[in-house]
Amino acid sequence: MYKIGIIGSRDVICGFAAVGIDIFPVEDEIGAKSALSRLAAEDYGIIYITEDYAKKIQNDIAQYSSSLTPAVIPLPAGSGDSGFGTGKVRSMVERAVGSDILFGNN
Amino acid sequence: MALLNVNPTRMELTRLKKSLATALKGHKLLKDKRDELMRRFLELVRVNMDLRLKVEEKLRRANSAFDAAGSLMRREVLMSALLLPKQKAQLEMGKQNVMSVEIPVYELTMQSKEGDIYSYGYKNTDSDLDTAVKNLADILPDLLKLAEVEKSCELMSVEIEKTRRRVNALEHIMIPNYRDTIKYITMKLDESERSSTTRLMKVRI
Repeated sequence: MYKIGIIGSRDVICGFAAVGIDIFPVEDEIGAKSALSRLAAEDYGIIYITEDYAKKIQNDIAQYSSSLTPAVIPLPAGSGDSGFGTGKVRSMVERAVGSDILFGNN
Repeated sequence: MALLNVNPTRMELTRLKKSLATALKGHKLLKDKRDELMRRFLELVRVNMDLRLKVEEKLRRANSAFDAAGSLMRREVLMSALLLPKQKAQLEMGKQNVMSVEIPVYELTMQSKEGDIYSYGYKNTDSDLDTAVKNLADILPDLLKLAEVEKSCELMSVEIEKTRRRVNALEHIMIPNYRDTIKYITMKLDESERSSTTRLMKVRI
C-alpha cells in the first residue's frame, strides 16, 4: 500500500488535502529538497511537485527517474504554466530517440 | 582497424569465433528489444502528452476556482476548512513487465469516512470552494493515470537509451574488432603454414 504526496507552496497545494492527498508545504528550495528525499524514503508511490519547485531541484528529481518508486510528477502551479511538464515529456523523447521527433513543432 | 590484444593461435581463433557468434546473436536480440521498446514508447508518450495537456488545463481551472475562493474567504478559514480531510487517497501498485522493463500500474483506493468529499461545514465557506474541491476530486483519476503513464515513459526512455548504447557498442566496436582479429589470426596462421611448407620443400631438395 503506497501513499500519494504533493510538494509545493502552501497556497497552491492546500486544495489537494481535501481530496485525500498528503500535502507537504515548503517555502524554499532547500525545504523542497529535504521534503522530496524524505518522501522518497517513505512509502510514497507518487510524489506530485509544483513546477516552480520542480524546476529548481531538477537534479534531485532526476535521481529517481530509473527506479520504479516513487514517480515524481511535476504539475503546474497556480493558474500559470511554465511549460516545465511538457518540457519533461519532450526531454524523455529526446533521450529515447536521440532527437525530439514528435513534439518539435508545437 | 582495431585488433584485440591476443596471441595468433588456433585456440584463440576458436574462442574468438565463438565470441563473435554470441555477439552477433546478442546484437540481433538487443536490436529487436530496442525496436519493440521504441514502438511501445512512442505510442505511450503520445498518450502522455495528450493526458498532460488535458490535466494541466483542468488543474488550471481548479486552481483559478481556488483563487476565487481564497479571495473571498479569510486564509485561516480556508486552511482550517481544508486541512482535516474526510477521505484518504491510497495507492495500490502492481507491476507490468514490458520487454524487461517493469512499469507500474496504479489503482486508487479511497478511504472515505462519510459519503461526501467536503471536509467542512457550509456555513463559513464560499461556494467557489465547493467547486474547486469538486474539480480537484474529479481530476484525481486523471492525475493518477498521468503519473502511471509518465513514470512508464520515463522508465522506458532510460531503458531505451541503455539498450541503444549497447546495440551501438556491439555493432560498431565489438563485432568489427572480433572480425578484424579473426581475419588477422587466420592470415597469420596461413602464413606460418605456407612458410613451413616451403621450408619442407627446400629441405627435400
